[in-house]
Amino acid sequence: MNISRFFKTIFMTDFIGGLFIAIKELFKSKKTINYPFEKGKISPRFRGEHALRRYPNGEERCIACKLCEAVCPAQAITIESAEREDGSRKTTRYDIDMMKCIYCGLCEESCPVDAIVQGPNFEFSTETREELYYTKEKLLDNGDRWENVLEANIKADNIHR
Amino acid sequence: MEYLSIVFQEVYKILFLLVPVLVSVAMIVWLDRRVWAFVQKRQGPNVVGPFGLLQSLADALKYIFKEIIIPSSSNKIIFILAPIVTMTLALIAWAVIPFSATQVLADINVGILYLFAVSSLGVYGIIMGGWASNSKYPFLGAIRSAAQMVSYEVSIGVIIINVLLCVGSLNLNDIVIAQQNMWFVIPLFPMFVIFFISALAETNRPPFDLPEAEAELVAGYQTEYSGMMYAMFWLGEYANILLMCAMGTILFLGGWMSPIDVYPFTLVPGAIWLILKILFLFILFALVKAIVPRYRYDQLMRLGWKVFLPLSLIWVVLTASYLFYFNLLPVN
Repeated sequence: MNISRFFKTIFMTDFIGGLFIAIKELFKSKKTINYPFEKGKISPRFRGEHALRRYPNGEERCIACKLCEAVCPAQAITIESAEREDGSRKTTRYDIDMMKCIYCGLCEESCPVDAIVQGPNFEFSTETREELYYTKEKLLDNGDRWENVLEANIKADNIHR
Repeated sequence: MEYLSIVFQEVYKILFLLVPVLVSVAMIVWLDRRVWAFVQKRQGPNVVGPFGLLQSLADALKYIFKEIIIPSSSNKIIFILAPIVTMTLALIAWAVIPFSATQVLADINVGILYLFAVSSLGVYGIIMGGWASNSKYPFLGAIRSAAQMVSYEVSIGVIIINVLLCVGSLNLNDIVIAQQNMWFVIPLFPMFVIFFISALAETNRPPFDLPEAEAELVAGYQTEYSGMMYAMFWLGEYANILLMCAMGTILFLGGWMSPIDVYPFTLVPGAIWLILKILFLFILFALVKAIVPRYRYDQLMRLGWKVFLPLSLIWVVLTASYLFYFNLLPVN
């Protein structure tokens, strides 16, 4: 054992240095937030809970092209469609199994009319599995609820596309 | 009738000591977690009550309502006895701690010996828990902790001899009063450092928390415990840490005496000084927990037997010869 290392060990210089660093860090600002009361910033591209959007006049955007169903790698989306009285093709069923979903965002990418989108909401945990089988009503409801944010996010992200 | 009143008087005295100790144990757990979190730039518990002060009470409430699971293959009597032993031993030691010249529950003339004896008995609770669980990880944890506590007790014993040489009495109040002119931390500084590190090992604190090394032994001797029994182990452990801090305070930091013997400081009651000094030592304990990695087992043993024991023995010889040569030996 060489001399300098011996004295380092005896006087515990590394330990005392560490102690002073710890005391210095003690008074620095905290890097964590009080989660349920404060929330971190999320990107407009954030891929959270799904929503089906409407046009400003209240008409559903979805035209039942089933591109999202086809592209979905987890096969979480199920769509059935029918012709409406006015001749337009609309979905009669639009289900997303949120437990199969891998939140890849391909449905959002593939949608030609920006109908299915993934919003900023990530706090939709439930107590039963059944509540995570999202139906068309639930998705449209999400769309109505988050429309302001969704529109702003699409606009914010548009310049990068 | 007179007999009964004496009994009640004693019970009140004991409660007057034990309740504050238990409350401060709860607070100290909060402080420990908070310091630990602050060093890591986290918030720590801050939701329950102001600054999260009531976190430990919330935890205790949770433990009370948890089911106590007793493994079917365990030795049930010893399994239940182990946490009781741990907690009782951690609490009875407080009887001799002097809070001021007069405020002490049992002013016995072998105070330090009693303290040392009770704190070494603490290993029994752990080894009983580990053995009675009848499961491999608790058993390994108990073996480790028994070996560790026994080896570090040896050096703590020798360090106590150092202090006793300077005092000439085993009474804790005498030890405190002997430090009137100079705290023993100044002449015996190396012993204070060794005492501090041995106290870490004695109470199974990081970096010597091998008995409960979660990466290798799940939770060591506590693995099979749940509910209130686990909480009692946990209370006992922290009461022990607090006791070790109190012991360090009395042996080296002047106990209940004010740091400067001048007018405004001497007005503050001794208990406050004692508590402040204990807190200072405890914050050091918490900081050490935050900054050091865990020792390997052979390193732990090497440090105990090959470094601390010889060092403290040499220091005993040095202290004794110094006192003898300059004719400073305390005479009673």
